[in-house]
Amino acid sequence: MHSYDWFQLGLYVALLALITKPMGLFLGRVLDANGRTWFDPVLKPLERITYRVMGVKPNVEQDWKQYTLAMLMFSLVSCVFTYAILRLQHWLPLNPQHFGPTTPDLAFNTSTSFTTNTNWQSYTGESTMSYLSQMVALVIHNFGSAATGIALAAALVRGIARHSAATLGNFWVDLVRITYYLLLPICLVFALALVSQGMIQNFKPYTTAKLLEPFTTQVQKTDDKGQPVTTNVAVTVQAPKLDANGQPVLANGAPVMLDVPKLDEKGQPVMTNMPVMIDQKIDTQTIPQGPMASQVAIKMLGTNGGGYTNANAAHPFENPTPLSNFLQILSIFAIGSGLTYYLGRMTKNQAHGWSVWSAMMILFLAGALVCWWAEAAGNPIHHQLGVAAAGGNMEGKEVRFGIFNSALFATITTDASCGAVNSMHDSFTALGGFVPLFNIQLGEIIIGGVGAGLYGMLVFVVLAVFIAGLMVGRTPEYLGKKIESYDVKMAMLALLVLAVSILGFAAWASVSKWGLDALNNSGPHGLSEILYAYSSANGNNGSAFAGLSANTPWLNTTIGLAMLIGRFLMIVPIMAMAGSLGRKKVSQASAGTFPVSGGTFVVLLLGTILLVGALNFLPALTLGPIVEHFQNHQGTLY
Amino acid sequence: MKELFSHIRGAVMVTLALAVVCCGIYPLVVFGIAQVCFPAKANGSLIVEADGTVRGSRLLGQPFASDKYFHSRPSAAGTGYDATSSGGSNLGPTSKKLADSIAQNIADYRIQNGLATNAPVPADAVTASGSGLDPHISIQNALVQMPRVAKARGLSEEKVRALIAAHTDPADLGFLGEPRVNVLMLNLALDGH
Repeated sequence: MHSYDWFQLGLYVALLALITKPMGLFLGRVLDANGRTWFDPVLKPLERITYRVMGVKPNVEQDWKQYTLAMLMFSLVSCVFTYAILRLQHWLPLNPQHFGPTTPDLAFNTSTSFTTNTNWQSYTGESTMSYLSQMVALVIHNFGSAATGIALAAALVRGIARHSAATLGNFWVDLVRITYYLLLPICLVFALALVSQGMIQNFKPYTTAKLLEPFTTQVQKTDDKGQPVTTNVAVTVQAPKLDANGQPVLANGAPVMLDVPKLDEKGQPVMTNMPVMIDQKIDTQTIPQGPMASQVAIKMLGTNGGGYTNANAAHPFENPTPLSNFLQILSIFAIGSGLTYYLGRMTKNQAHGWSVWSAMMILFLAGALVCWWAEAAGNPIHHQLGVAAAGGNMEGKEVRFGIFNSALFATITTDASCGAVNSMHDSFTALGGFVPLFNIQLGEIIIGGVGAGLYGMLVFVVLAVFIAGLMVGRTPEYLGKKIESYDVKMAMLALLVLAVSILGFAAWASVSKWGLDALNNSGPHGLSEILYAYSSANGNNGSAFAGLSANTPWLNTTIGLAMLIGRFLMIVPIMAMAGSLGRKKVSQASAGTFPVSGGTFVVLLLGTILLVGALNFLPALTLGPIVEHFQNHQGTLY
Repeated sequence: MKELFSHIRGAVMVTLALAVVCCGIYPLVVFGIAQVCFPAKANGSLIVEADGTVRGSRLLGQPFASDKYFHSRPSAAGTGYDATSSGGSNLGPTSKKLADSIAQNIADYRIQNGLATNAPVPADAVTASGSGLDPHISIQNALVQMPRVAKARGLSEEKVRALIAAHTDPADLGFLGEPRVNVLMLNLALDGH
């Protein structure tokens, strides 16, 4: 835990605080249908043309049902669009590597994954997706799902801020304005900054490089059709070595074991097909190319997180330097942070916005410090083997990022619903990996996904206000509005859907063959892999304990369903709550009104988040990372 | 029903509009500016020899095994440093497979570099990176390997140490990330490229 790492952490929080207000003010202009921005001369005509082809009247607002229906239609249509491109990519242009179509279950999983802002990836980008699939089929959701999240948050804030109002804004206007005025301009500058650090942006076929030192490795032999060649060999089992009298031979008191052919009931040797291995000389390296920077910019800014390559932001092209890393983690929080200011401004209670922001920052710092400490402490089993303890746990981490920037990235990407990774969470220490998992299970409300973080946090705010009301025996009020049973029911529904779906799917997978067969690790870590997968899917995060072999029909389908549930079954009750809040009258604040700013409020909000979030998942977490931590320190291996 | 149709029309048309603007114009503008302002970087930071042979990318690691080269970190990408299948081992803290492979890497590393059988080994030297393509090793790791490389090449240790220093990137802006040695660039320099 170096001093310059502390300095970087401080600088990160300070920069985030600095950009929150300007971002919030700008969001205010973008989310106002008649708001003016610097980009009007260029983008206003484009905005008008877009409305015309859509047949949208930009000044007609929608009630919560129309708004939600429009959002669902957009998600459905764009999801089908992506599914079609993925299935047809072999017939479409921009496929210099001649990749074939993706399987139906993978196309379903991937299109729902990107539609729901999850960006869970069961595939290896650089060996599956054509340039067209990456640039169009996936990037359209990086913009669309991010804009959708921000639009929904804006609708909820309008519901809170307005009174006696039937409408919450126009979804189409929000979608188009957020994409054009907010996401596109920032991405353009951001993408070029990333290229300046070494990120690729081209349309060339992959480059073949001649290795400086060729090497020989064993690979599976394949026939002309590319099928693996196998040979039939006898299966062997271990049996004690017997002496001439049929007694086991002992060495130091233990029986000596021998490999003997395994026999079936009839006494015949059991045979099996083993792959034939041959030596292969490797003297080249195939270097992937493609339009990466434009995709990565929106992947981070829109908290999508879907990597261009399999290694995501750990790949040296996808995150070339610590500076590009810093810009990427700043962009994950940028819009979500600004939205808290937007909340304060719209509700004319800036202290409320900053209080919500402070609660988020407290949870962020707590997670970052625990994760950093755990990774810097390293793995005692590996230290015993001879790994220098000072280096920390470097398995799955890049030298240029080291311990601190890996732990920080992991915390931020799961605080938000980003899900990009610059190190492999699966190889984190038990407690280091607990932090990202726990962050997701809290509902990704620590800044959170763009928009989704704010509307998730506001559910907790409503609950906190409700609990405060119960404690003092008054009708709970939030910013002058009575919180009634309908609102609390909707808030609880949004939270319970998440818990039921995560725990239900994880329980199902962990007792099913299809779930257990996919594991890369055994013991408690195996449960963590499954738990992480469904938490990530329901939370629309998209990061993984990536050892899980998720590209199977069962996992692709259940994870796809979990992503749909986590996104849309959470959104609908929240929008119902937004509609209900918007219709309410505002009463004057009195001495008995619970203030939604200041220290008491922050503490109460944190308590609500931790109690509700932690209690749902603590039993499952105990069986996963927590027990693994103790086993790790006892030296247990699986 | 009419409302539903108007929503479907809106959804179809906005999908097409976003496809044109965000997935067509935007990446092409980034492509155009990047190719003009940062052509080498936008095309993969390739190391190209005079005769046009590509020797690799300065951002992507390559595997090395002989004594005369500095060795990269262990790699879980394909058969090792396979840039078409980037990724880590994804083995967890209580994985026996991981502990066994680290124990093997430690034994190999100690023998290669003439270390005592109980000498602590730099963490990055025996663990696989997240991408499997990590181009860097830590300075400590390079310094442990330095005598071996100097001996195999008949160079003085000072000369090799100077080359390490020349291919060490400090922390960005002095505080971001870790100081690191680019293995491929260092080995190319040793070969006199």
